[in-house]
Amino acid sequence: MIREFTSTEVLFIVAAIRWTLILSAIAFLGGAIGGLIIALSRTSRKKSLRRIAAGFIQVFQGTPLLMQLFLVYFGLAVVGLPINPLVAAAVALTLHASAYLGEIWRGAIEAVPQGQSEASTALALSYRDRMQHVILPQALRLAIAPTVGFLVQLIKGTSLASIIGFTELTRAGQIINNATFKPFLVFGTVAALYFILCWPLSLLARRMETRMRRAITR
Amino acid sequence: MYQFNFQPVFDSLDLLAYGAWLTVKLSLMAMVLGFGVSVLGAVGKTSGIKPLRWLIDIYVEVIRNTPFLIQIFFIYFGLPAVGLSMSPNSAALLALVINVGAYGTEIIRSGIESIPKGQIEAGRALGLNPVQIFRYVVIRPALRNIYPSLTSQFIYLMLTSSVVSVISANDLASAGADLNARTFASFEIYLTLTVIYFLLALAFSTAFGMIRRVFFSYPASR
Repeated sequence: MIREFTSTEVLFIVAAIRWTLILSAIAFLGGAIGGLIIALSRTSRKKSLRRIAAGFIQVFQGTPLLMQLFLVYFGLAVVGLPINPLVAAAVALTLHASAYLGEIWRGAIEAVPQGQSEASTALALSYRDRMQHVILPQALRLAIAPTVGFLVQLIKGTSLASIIGFTELTRAGQIINNATFKPFLVFGTVAALYFILCWPLSLLARRMETRMRRAITR
Repeated sequence: MYQFNFQPVFDSLDLLAYGAWLTVKLSLMAMVLGFGVSVLGAVGKTSGIKPLRWLIDIYVEVIRNTPFLIQIFFIYFGLPAVGLSMSPNSAALLALVINVGAYGTEIIRSGIESIPKGQIEAGRALGLNPVQIFRYVVIRPALRNIYPSLTSQFIYLMLTSSVVSVISANDLASAGADLNARTFASFEIYLTLTVIYFLLALAFSTAFGMIRRVFFSYPASR
């Protein structure tokens, strides 16, 4: 029995956006914490920390997100945990976001002039004070545009969670497509919904970037 | 305690090596064709013909703000509904070319815009024709300026190409999925795949570095 593609089906797809948003939010928050740790390690004075962080970034930026998802998904069984698509997707996307945000924020931290760091040391500020009150606030200003840009990439990345069976926007589209067999319409709708989520963020990122460039070249 | 079993992987190394070769082939084709699309897109966008610019803008924004997975579903499942059906492999290549073309268009456009107007005028003053100006004064230095962004986009494309396994196009991830369906050594198989993808990314990165030294190290080397 083939169902029609009616408002009920559209609503089912639209309602699945919340899972895309929840997954994106978890990965972004987790990635923000992980990314800060990676960025601080990457710019640390300890060589071993810098090496570990660089390796982490290289591994996660040098392998497909799809493979990372599969590895975490099947890895849960290896460490004896029950297999759960939401947990697997959240963990994999968090690690992925940590690597990318870590690399973006490392760049921002390194872009703060060296003199700022030296001045803080000369004022006898501790590492914590120096980072918290001098370096990071200035780095934040530089980091915000590329961070919003990465958020777009992350939202798009959550679509791969459908492959390990988590029902978010893409998987909702597949389910409706299997019932109605209107792929052109269904995937067109899903694409439009992603576009509505991502495009404003892309525009925002671009506007912030132009404003930042103007502020720097002034 | 989980018992690791890499035997199925060792038994099928030839299969995985062949899969890796398919991924390299698919990525290389998508890079070459995608590069062509990118140059055309960038030229169109900087041409000053307004309707053309709008069309390219729509293409770039739509592709960059929707997931690759949806793009490939749309091409493979959606297009046959309007009479355009193709094999999984063709759909995979088409989707990758369209995808990387959008990112490449933006990257190369920024490269073209980084060329100072005075250089083009100097080229004209030297009596170069428009084709020569485009080739020697605009595109070559433009490519040199954006080479790192473009090649990291290409490596990202190679990694993204693993997604084509969802429509069973032939590649490394599909080879792994087949092996997984037969042996169920899932973690071991995907760990191996991840390592192979990592090595492929390193290989591409090294190759791009060598190409850079050959084509873009002027004028220092001459």
